[in-house]
Amino acid sequence: MQQRHPRGSHVAPPNVTARDLFKSFAGVGLSAFGGALPFARHMLVERRRWLTEEEFTNILSLCQFLPGGNILNVSICVGSRFAGLPGAVAAFTGLLVMPVILVLLLAMLYSGYGHLEPVQAAFRGVSAAAAGLIVAMAVKMAYPLRRNPRAIVFAVLVVGAVLVWRLPLLWTLLALVPPSIAAAWLMRR
Amino acid sequence: MSERGVLAELAIQFALLSLLTVGGASAVLPEIHRMVVDVHGWMSSETFANLFALAQAAPGPNIMVITLIGWEVAGLQGAVVATAGMTGPAFVLTYGASRLWQRWRDLSWYRTFERGIVPITVGLITASAWLLTTAAGASWLSYLVTATSAACLLLTRVNPLLVLAAASVLGVAGLI
Repeated sequence: MQQRHPRGSHVAPPNVTARDLFKSFAGVGLSAFGGALPFARHMLVERRRWLTEEEFTNILSLCQFLPGGNILNVSICVGSRFAGLPGAVAAFTGLLVMPVILVLLLAMLYSGYGHLEPVQAAFRGVSAAAAGLIVAMAVKMAYPLRRNPRAIVFAVLVVGAVLVWRLPLLWTLLALVPPSIAAAWLMRR
Repeated sequence: MSERGVLAELAIQFALLSLLTVGGASAVLPEIHRMVVDVHGWMSSETFANLFALAQAAPGPNIMVITLIGWEVAGLQGAVVATAGMTGPAFVLTYGASRLWQRWRDLSWYRTFERGIVPITVGLITASAWLLTTAAGASWLSYLVTATSAACLLLTRVNPLLVLAAASVLGVAGLI
Protein backbone atom coordinates (compact mmCIF):
# COMPACT_ATOMS: atom_id res chain seq x y z
CA MET A 1 0.00 0.00 0.00
CA GLN A 2 1.12 3.54 -0.81
CA GLN A 3 2.06 6.02 1.89
CA ARG A 4 -0.58 8.68 2.43
CA HIS A 5 0.64 12.03 1.19
CA PRO A 6 -0.24 15.17 3.17
CA ARG A 7 -3.60 16.57 2.12
CA GLY A 8 -3.72 19.70 -0.01
CA SER A 9 -0.02 19.91 -0.69
CA HIS A 10 1.55 19.31 -4.07
CA VAL A 11 4.04 16.61 -3.19
CA ALA A 12 5.28 14.23 -5.88
CA PRO A 13 2.43 11.87 -6.81
CA PRO A 14 2.76 8.24 -5.70
CA ASN A 15 4.73 6.08 -8.11
CA VAL A 16 1.98 4.37 -10.13
CA THR A 17 2.71 2.41 -13.32
CA ALA A 18 0.46 1.74 -16.32
CA ARG A 19 0.24 -1.87 -15.12
CA ASP A 20 -1.05 -0.79 -11.67
CA LEU A 21 -3.57 1.47 -13.39
CA PHE A 22 -4.85 -1.32 -15.66
CA LYS A 23 -5.26 -3.75 -12.75
CA SER A 24 -6.91 -1.29 -10.39
CA PHE A 25 -9.37 0.08 -12.96
CA ALA A 26 -10.18 -3.46 -14.15
CA GLY A 27 -11.10 -4.18 -10.51
CA VAL A 28 -13.35 -1.11 -10.47
CA GLY A 29 -14.99 -2.14 -13.77
CA LEU A 30 -15.70 -5.66 -12.56
CA SER A 31 -17.16 -4.65 -9.20
CA ALA A 32 -19.08 -1.61 -10.44
CA PHE A 33 -22.67 -2.80 -10.19
CA GLY A 34 -25.17 0.04 -10.50
CA GLY A 35 -22.62 2.73 -11.37
CA ALA A 36 -18.85 2.84 -11.24
CA LEU A 37 -18.19 6.16 -9.50
CA PRO A 38 -18.52 5.00 -5.86
CA PHE A 39 -16.17 2.10 -6.60
CA ALA A 40 -13.67 4.37 -8.33
CA ARG A 41 -13.69 6.76 -5.37
CA HIS A 42 -13.31 3.85 -2.93
CA MET A 43 -10.30 2.54 -4.88
CA LEU A 44 -8.57 5.87 -5.58
CA VAL A 45 -9.12 7.66 -2.26
CA GLU A 46 -9.68 5.00 0.39
CA ARG A 47 -7.90 1.85 -0.74
CA ARG A 48 -4.92 2.85 -2.89
CA ARG A 49 -4.73 6.46 -1.67
CA TRP A 50 -3.50 7.69 -5.03
CA LEU A 51 -5.65 10.83 -4.65
CA THR A 52 -6.81 12.91 -1.71
CA GLU A 53 -10.56 13.56 -1.23
CA GLU A 54 -10.08 17.05 -2.63
CA GLU A 55 -8.15 15.85 -5.70
CA PHE A 56 -10.85 13.27 -6.49
CA THR A 57 -13.62 15.88 -6.31
CA ASN A 58 -11.60 18.26 -8.52
CA ILE A 59 -10.91 15.59 -11.16
CA LEU A 60 -14.54 14.48 -11.18
CA SER A 61 -15.69 18.09 -11.54
CA LEU A 62 -13.44 18.60 -14.54
CA CYS A 63 -14.68 15.32 -16.05
CA GLN A 64 -18.36 16.30 -15.61
CA PHE A 65 -17.85 19.03 -18.18
CA LEU A 66 -16.12 16.88 -20.77
CA PRO A 67 -18.13 14.70 -23.15
CA GLY A 68 -18.32 10.95 -22.52
CA GLY A 69 -19.02 8.86 -19.46
CA ASN A 70 -17.85 10.54 -16.22
CA ILE A 71 -16.10 7.49 -14.93
CA LEU A 72 -14.27 6.81 -18.20
CA ASN A 73 -13.08 10.42 -18.19
CA VAL A 74 -11.88 10.01 -14.59
CA SER A 75 -9.88 6.93 -15.63
CA ILE A 76 -8.26 8.89 -18.50
CA CYS A 77 -7.38 11.87 -16.26
CA VAL A 78 -5.99 9.68 -13.47
CA GLY A 79 -4.08 7.47 -15.94
CA SER A 80 -2.51 10.39 -17.78
CA ARG A 81 -1.60 12.12 -14.52
CA PHE A 82 0.39 9.17 -13.19
CA ALA A 83 1.76 7.55 -16.36
CA GLY A 84 1.07 9.77 -19.39
CA LEU A 85 -0.60 8.40 -22.53
CA PRO A 86 0.20 4.72 -21.76
CA GLY A 87 -1.34 5.26 -18.32
CA ALA A 88 -4.50 6.81 -19.79
CA VAL A 89 -4.87 3.92 -22.27
CA ALA A 90 -4.21 1.34 -19.52
CA ALA A 91 -6.74 2.79 -17.06
CA PHE A 92 -9.39 3.30 -19.76
CA THR A 93 -9.12 -0.17 -21.31
CA GLY A 94 -8.87 -1.76 -17.85
CA LEU A 95 -12.16 -0.15 -16.94
CA LEU A 96 -13.90 -1.03 -20.20
CA VAL A 97 -12.77 -4.41 -21.55
CA MET A 98 -14.04 -6.87 -18.94
CA PRO A 99 -17.43 -5.17 -18.47
CA VAL A 100 -17.99 -5.20 -22.26
CA ILE A 101 -17.31 -8.94 -22.38
CA LEU A 102 -19.46 -9.60 -19.29
CA VAL A 103 -22.41 -7.50 -20.42
CA LEU A 104 -22.50 -9.38 -23.75
CA LEU A 105 -22.39 -12.75 -21.95
CA LEU A 106 -25.16 -11.53 -19.65
CA ALA A 107 -27.27 -10.42 -22.63
CA MET A 108 -26.96 -13.92 -24.10
CA LEU A 109 -27.92 -15.51 -20.75
CA TYR A 110 -30.77 -13.07 -20.24
CA SER A 111 -32.38 -13.96 -23.54
CA GLY A 112 -32.61 -17.48 -22.08
CA TYR A 113 -33.38 -16.94 -18.38
CA GLY A 114 -34.33 -13.27 -17.82
CA HIS A 115 -38.04 -13.90 -17.27
CA LEU A 116 -37.32 -15.93 -14.09
CA GLU A 117 -38.61 -14.31 -10.90
CA PRO A 118 -35.47 -14.95 -8.73
CA VAL A 119 -33.34 -13.08 -11.31
CA GLN A 120 -35.65 -10.06 -11.18
CA ALA A 121 -35.81 -10.19 -7.37
CA ALA A 122 -32.00 -10.12 -7.15
CA PHE A 123 -31.96 -7.11 -9.55
CA ARG A 124 -34.36 -5.25 -7.23
CA GLY A 125 -32.07 -5.82 -4.24
CA VAL A 126 -28.95 -4.75 -6.12
CA SER A 127 -30.50 -1.55 -7.46
CA ALA A 128 -31.71 -0.47 -3.98
CA ALA A 129 -28.24 -1.06 -2.47
CA ALA A 130 -26.50 0.60 -5.46
CA ALA A 131 -28.60 3.73 -4.84
CA GLY A 132 -27.28 3.69 -1.25
CA LEU A 133 -23.68 3.68 -2.53
CA ILE A 134 -24.38 6.88 -4.51
CA VAL A 135 -26.08 8.43 -1.45
CA ALA A 136 -22.96 7.70 0.62
CA MET A 137 -20.71 9.20 -2.06
CA ALA A 138 -22.86 12.35 -2.24
CA VAL A 139 -22.57 12.73 1.56
CA LYS A 140 -18.80 12.23 1.50
CA MET A 141 -18.32 14.76 -1.30
CA ALA A 142 -20.65 17.34 0.28
CA TYR A 143 -19.12 17.07 3.77
CA PRO A 144 -15.94 19.11 3.03
CA LEU A 145 -18.18 21.99 1.80
CA ARG A 146 -20.26 22.16 5.02
CA ARG A 147 -18.80 25.49 6.25
CA ASN A 148 -18.86 27.13 2.82
CA PRO A 149 -22.15 29.04 2.31
CA ARG A 150 -21.28 29.89 -1.32
CA ALA A 151 -20.79 26.22 -2.21
CA ILE A 152 -23.93 25.14 -0.35
CA VAL A 153 -26.08 27.69 -2.19
CA PHE A 154 -24.91 26.54 -5.62
CA ALA A 155 -25.13 22.81 -4.77
CA VAL A 156 -28.72 23.32 -3.55
CA LEU A 157 -29.59 25.31 -6.71
CA VAL A 158 -28.30 22.44 -8.88
CA VAL A 159 -30.38 19.91 -6.92
CA GLY A 160 -33.43 22.18 -7.36
CA ALA A 161 -32.79 22.64 -11.09
CA VAL A 162 -32.52 18.89 -11.68
CA LEU A 163 -35.17 17.54 -9.28
CA VAL A 164 -37.74 20.32 -8.86
CA TRP A 165 -37.63 22.34 -12.08
CA ARG A 166 -36.47 19.31 -14.11
CA LEU A 167 -34.29 21.38 -16.42
CA PRO A 168 -32.24 19.56 -19.08
CA LEU A 169 -28.65 19.09 -17.90
CA LEU A 170 -27.18 21.43 -20.50
CA TRP A 171 -29.42 24.32 -19.37
CA THR A 172 -28.65 23.63 -15.72
CA LEU A 173 -24.93 23.86 -16.43
CA LEU A 174 -25.24 26.94 -18.68
CA ALA A 175 -27.36 28.72 -16.06
CA LEU A 176 -25.37 27.84 -12.92
CA VAL A 177 -21.71 27.30 -13.83
CA PRO A 178 -20.89 30.91 -14.83
CA PRO A 179 -22.42 32.49 -11.66
CA SER A 180 -20.78 29.81 -9.50
CA ILE A 181 -17.35 30.59 -10.94
CA ALA A 182 -18.04 34.33 -10.65
CA ALA A 183 -18.99 33.88 -6.98
CA ALA A 184 -15.82 31.86 -6.35
CA TRP A 185 -13.80 34.69 -7.97
CA LEU A 186 -15.52 37.45 -5.98
CA MET A 187 -15.09 35.56 -2.71
CA ARG A 188 -11.49 34.48 -3.34
CA ARG A 189 -9.05 34.97 -0.52
CA MET B 1 -29.29 -1.17 -45.54
CA SER B 2 -26.19 -3.32 -46.08
CA GLU B 3 -24.34 -4.64 -43.04
CA ARG B 4 -21.47 -2.24 -43.60
CA GLY B 5 -23.93 0.60 -43.91
CA VAL B 6 -25.42 -0.24 -40.52
CA LEU B 7 -21.99 -0.44 -38.86
CA ALA B 8 -20.93 2.92 -40.30
CA GLU B 9 -24.23 4.44 -39.19
CA LEU B 10 -23.75 3.09 -35.62
CA ALA B 11 -20.21 4.47 -35.43
CA ILE B 12 -21.17 7.92 -36.73
CA GLN B 13 -24.35 8.26 -34.66
CA PHE B 14 -22.68 7.29 -31.39
CA ALA B 15 -19.57 9.38 -32.08
CA LEU B 16 -21.80 12.45 -32.58
CA LEU B 17 -23.88 11.57 -29.54
CA SER B 18 -20.81 11.10 -27.35
CA LEU B 19 -19.91 14.75 -27.90
CA LEU B 20 -23.27 15.74 -26.34
CA THR B 21 -22.88 13.35 -23.42
CA VAL B 22 -21.96 15.88 -20.78
CA GLY B 23 -22.54 14.55 -17.28
CA GLY B 24 -22.91 10.84 -18.05
CA ALA B 25 -24.80 8.44 -20.28
CA SER B 26 -28.02 8.54 -18.27
CA ALA B 27 -28.47 12.20 -19.19
CA VAL B 28 -28.68 11.41 -22.93
CA LEU B 29 -30.81 8.27 -22.61
CA PRO B 30 -33.95 9.98 -24.03
CA GLU B 31 -31.88 11.13 -27.03
CA ILE B 32 -30.53 7.59 -27.59
CA HIS B 33 -34.09 6.24 -27.42
CA ARG B 34 -35.25 8.77 -30.02
CA MET B 35 -32.36 7.80 -32.29
CA VAL B 36 -32.52 3.99 -32.17
CA VAL B 37 -36.32 3.54 -31.81
CA ASP B 38 -37.96 6.49 -33.59
CA VAL B 39 -35.46 7.67 -36.20
CA HIS B 40 -33.75 4.42 -37.28
CA GLY B 41 -36.35 1.87 -36.17
CA TRP B 42 -33.55 -0.48 -35.03
CA MET B 43 -35.64 -1.94 -32.16
CA SER B 44 -38.92 -1.59 -30.27
CA SER B 45 -39.28 0.61 -27.21
CA GLU B 46 -39.72 -2.51 -25.08
CA THR B 47 -36.44 -4.05 -26.28
CA PHE B 48 -34.74 -0.73 -25.52
CA ALA B 49 -36.06 -0.78 -21.92
CA ASN B 50 -34.89 -4.38 -21.47
CA LEU B 51 -31.40 -3.56 -22.73
CA PHE B 52 -31.21 -0.64 -20.31
CA ALA B 53 -32.21 -2.81 -17.33
CA LEU B 54 -29.65 -5.40 -18.38
CA ALA B 55 -26.87 -2.82 -18.62
CA GLN B 56 -27.78 -1.62 -15.11
CA ALA B 57 -27.55 -5.17 -13.78
CA ALA B 58 -24.09 -5.82 -15.20
CA PRO B 59 -20.91 -4.36 -13.69
CA GLY B 60 -19.15 -1.52 -15.47
CA PRO B 61 -19.62 2.07 -16.59
CA ASN B 62 -23.12 3.33 -17.49
CA ILE B 63 -22.29 3.45 -21.19
CA MET B 64 -22.57 -0.36 -21.36
CA VAL B 65 -26.12 0.22 -22.62
CA ILE B 66 -24.53 1.47 -25.87
CA THR B 67 -22.61 -1.82 -26.22
CA LEU B 68 -25.87 -3.74 -25.89
CA ILE B 69 -27.65 -1.54 -28.44
CA GLY B 70 -24.82 -2.19 -30.92
CA TRP B 71 -25.07 -5.92 -30.20
CA GLU B 72 -28.84 -5.94 -30.74
CA VAL B 73 -28.51 -4.04 -34.04
CA ALA B 74 -25.49 -5.76 -35.65
CA GLY B 75 -24.14 -8.53 -33.42
CA LEU B 76 -20.61 -8.62 -32.03
CA GLN B 77 -19.22 -6.21 -34.65
CA GLY B 78 -22.04 -3.81 -33.83
CA ALA B 79 -21.20 -3.98 -30.11
CA VAL B 80 -17.53 -3.17 -30.77
CA VAL B 81 -18.26 -0.39 -33.27
CA ALA B 82 -20.91 1.30 -31.08
CA THR B 83 -18.66 1.16 -27.99
CA ALA B 84 -15.68 2.55 -29.91
CA GLY B 85 -17.84 5.29 -31.45
CA MET B 86 -19.15 6.30 -28.05
CA THR B 87 -15.76 6.33 -26.30
CA GLY B 88 -13.18 7.29 -28.98
CA PRO B 89 -13.85 11.04 -29.39
CA ALA B 90 -14.30 11.45 -25.63
CA PHE B 91 -10.96 9.74 -25.01
CA VAL B 92 -9.10 12.17 -27.27
CA LEU B 93 -10.79 15.24 -25.78
CA THR B 94 -10.39 14.17 -22.17
CA TYR B 95 -6.74 13.21 -22.66
CA GLY B 96 -6.03 16.64 -24.16
CA ALA B 97 -7.92 18.40 -21.37
CA SER B 98 -6.09 16.42 -18.69
CA ARG B 99 -2.68 17.51 -20.10
CA LEU B 100 -3.75 21.16 -20.00
CA TRP B 101 -5.19 20.66 -16.53
CA GLN B 102 -1.86 19.34 -15.22
CA ARG B 103 -0.11 22.40 -16.58
CA TRP B 104 -2.67 24.81 -15.11
CA ARG B 105 -3.47 23.23 -11.75
CA ASP B 106 -1.31 25.62 -9.73
CA LEU B 107 -2.44 28.82 -11.49
CA SER B 108 -4.72 30.97 -9.38
CA TRP B 109 -7.42 31.50 -12.04
CA TYR B 110 -7.62 27.74 -12.51
CA ARG B 111 -7.98 27.21 -8.74
CA THR B 112 -10.85 29.72 -8.81
CA PHE B 113 -12.45 27.86 -11.72
CA GLU B 114 -12.20 24.60 -9.74
CA ARG B 115 -13.72 26.16 -6.62
CA GLY B 116 -16.59 27.35 -8.83
CA ILE B 117 -17.38 23.99 -10.44
CA VAL B 118 -17.04 21.75 -7.35
CA PRO B 119 -20.42 22.77 -5.81
CA ILE B 120 -22.10 22.06 -9.19
CA THR B 121 -20.63 18.54 -9.18
CA VAL B 122 -21.74 17.91 -5.60
CA GLY B 123 -25.26 19.10 -6.53
CA LEU B 124 -25.43 16.80 -9.58
CA ILE B 125 -24.28 13.76 -7.58
CA THR B 126 -26.81 14.54 -4.83
CA ALA B 127 -29.59 14.81 -7.43
CA SER B 128 -28.67 11.44 -8.98
CA ALA B 129 -28.58 9.88 -5.50
CA TRP B 130 -32.18 11.05 -5.00
CA LEU B 131 -33.33 9.92 -8.47
CA LEU B 132 -31.78 6.45 -8.11
CA THR B 133 -33.16 6.02 -4.58
CA THR B 134 -36.72 6.77 -5.69
CA ALA B 135 -36.35 4.71 -8.89
CA ALA B 136 -35.27 1.67 -6.84
CA GLY B 137 -37.90 2.32 -4.15
CA ALA B 138 -40.29 -0.58 -4.72
CA SER B 139 -41.38 -0.68 -1.04
CA TRP B 140 -40.33 0.72 2.35
CA LEU B 141 -37.94 -2.22 2.61
CA SER B 142 -36.04 -1.12 -0.48
CA TYR B 143 -35.61 2.34 1.09
CA LEU B 144 -34.31 0.59 4.20
CA VAL B 145 -31.79 -1.32 2.06
CA THR B 146 -30.70 1.95 0.40
CA ALA B 147 -30.26 3.61 3.82
CA THR B 148 -28.39 0.63 5.27
CA SER B 149 -26.09 0.44 2.26
CA ALA B 150 -25.30 4.18 2.56
CA ALA B 151 -24.64 3.78 6.30
CA CYS B 152 -22.30 0.81 5.70
CA LEU B 153 -20.21 2.90 3.32
CA LEU B 154 -20.19 5.98 5.53
CA LEU B 155 -19.51 4.34 8.88
CA THR B 156 -17.52 1.19 8.09
CA ARG B 157 -14.70 0.20 5.75
CA VAL B 158 -16.60 -2.73 4.28
CA ASN B 159 -16.11 -3.50 0.57
CA PRO B 160 -19.13 -2.07 -1.35
CA LEU B 161 -19.35 -5.32 -3.32
CA LEU B 162 -20.33 -7.21 -0.13
CA VAL B 163 -23.18 -4.75 0.44
CA LEU B 164 -24.52 -5.37 -3.08
CA ALA B 165 -24.17 -9.15 -2.68
CA ALA B 166 -26.09 -9.07 0.62
CA ALA B 167 -28.86 -6.99 -1.00
CA SER B 168 -29.19 -9.44 -3.92
CA VAL B 169 -29.60 -12.28 -1.38
CA LEU B 170 -32.35 -10.29 0.37
CA GLY B 171 -34.01 -9.82 -3.03
CA VAL B 172 -33.91 -13.52 -3.88
CA ALA B 173 -35.23 -14.32 -0.37
CA GLY B 174 -38.31 -12.31 -1.34
CA LEU B 175 -37.79 -9.49 1.17
CA ILE B 176 -37.58 -6.57 -1.30
